[in-house]
Amino acid sequence: MEYSKRVFEHFQKPKFAGELKDADAVGEEGNIKCGDVMKMYIKVENNVIKDIRFKTYGCIAAIAASDTLCELAKGKTLEEAEKLTYADIIKEIEELPAIKIHCSVLGIAALRNAIKNYRKSN
Amino acid sequence: MRFKRVYLDNGASTNVDPKVLEVMLPYFTEKYANASSGHTFAQESKNALENSRKIIAKSINAKTDEIIFTSGGTEANNLALKGIAFQNKDKGNHIITTKIDHSCVLESCKWLESQGFKVTYLDVDEEGFVNPTDLKKAITDKTIIVSIIHGNNEIGIIQDLETLGKICREKGVLFHTDACQSYTKTEIDVKKQNVDLMTLNSHKIHGPKGVGALYIKDGIKITPWQHGGGHEKGLRAGTENIHGIVGFAEAVKIANKKHVEHMIELRDKLINGALEIKGSRLNGPRGNKRLCNNVNLSFKGVEGEALGGYLDSKNICSSTGSACSTRSLEPSHVLKAIGLSNEEANGSVRLTLSRFNTEEEIDYVLKVLPKFVKKLRGFSAIWKG
Repeated sequence: MEYSKRVFEHFQKPKFAGELKDADAVGEEGNIKCGDVMKMYIKVENNVIKDIRFKTYGCIAAIAASDTLCELAKGKTLEEAEKLTYADIIKEIEELPAIKIHCSVLGIAALRNAIKNYRKSN
Repeated sequence: MRFKRVYLDNGASTNVDPKVLEVMLPYFTEKYANASSGHTFAQESKNALENSRKIIAKSINAKTDEIIFTSGGTEANNLALKGIAFQNKDKGNHIITTKIDHSCVLESCKWLESQGFKVTYLDVDEEGFVNPTDLKKAITDKTIIVSIIHGNNEIGIIQDLETLGKICREKGVLFHTDACQSYTKTEIDVKKQNVDLMTLNSHKIHGPKGVGALYIKDGIKITPWQHGGGHEKGLRAGTENIHGIVGFAEAVKIANKKHVEHMIELRDKLINGALEIKGSRLNGPRGNKRLCNNVNLSFKGVEGEALGGYLDSKNICSSTGSACSTRSLEPSHVLKAIGLSNEEANGSVRLTLSRFNTEEEIDYVLKVLPKFVKKLRGFSAIWKG
């Protein structure tokens, strides 16, 4: 599979990979049967995403796209963060093989679920 | 970095042995005549062609004129299946293969189904073995050919050709085997093993790419698929790839038991070392039923393409059965056939050796592999370690 240099940078040294111990909300997407699972952890202060992490059982594209998404979402308001799209991720990591779109939108769905869960409990 | 590259994808392709290349070179610039031409100069090409045929025939205990050269394993498998199916379509329409055969066999079978043939895909056990009783039961009076892969490219299982071939002989059904991965790596004797057709190729054994061969037992008729100038007894038209064929034969000449022993040593060191990692499993059998160069592992909670990507960042070449590495987004059909869950199949990594690998390289892999498994598990959404 062909990946851009930017994809490899995020894949090799993901800044947002792991668990956020004091997260205010968690969102999940995907299931193990289809092969991909994604979890997004967010910490929120004054409606702004103060910190964010992801956990995945996913491929190179899933790791790179989620890491990029976290980078974009950090510091944004919940309203701004939930509007982030696949196009925003691609702007950062240049391109992904067409077949990998599925893996890279999981993070977006997981983040939106995390925001939804945060609003439910706050 | 201690190594420029640690190449552990020899099941995909190998380096051409420099000694093989040396033998090939004169056939590009000096002895380039078409073997079919009538002049004296062409005799050199013709001699090289027939001498190579002899070497390859001898290596599998066949007669020289039982070998047909092709462009590789895929073409030989296509020719065997389609050629036999159409040659015998008045006798029957049933073909038997296995769920773990190579995609070029399975896709040929699928195409034959579209042409009115019926195909049975045999199950295998958890190590990948075809049960001889299953084969016996599957053969009907309509069966024309059985095609079973000898050494499996993904999990390394070596089938018992002798037993399977004997069943086919007793039932009067032709027996074909794809020996691309096993050739020169384990015993092959078409007579003893009751084989009627066998696919061989060059680039898995340190020969050049673009050359293969099909053994067709004396007396077996086959419908050709490539028509033209009557080359290869009219069974495979096209000017013979003399430099490739010469290289193929040289690679066969060089291969020997010591290489196999060396690979077995490295293979077992790699397997034993990797299995020390918690939550790991070996896919396929252990011991002498496994190809000497094949290691296939799954790590719980770890996705195979990502692990391969991290190994690649340390210049270690591997491959994976993960869905994410394929165009179909389906995990390996072989790993599914031996009973792995999607999660286990997606977490697989295949490391395939050659005689050129060293113990130092294996030490290096065993040093970095656990680190990357740990790293991926550190942010795995499903690992509860």
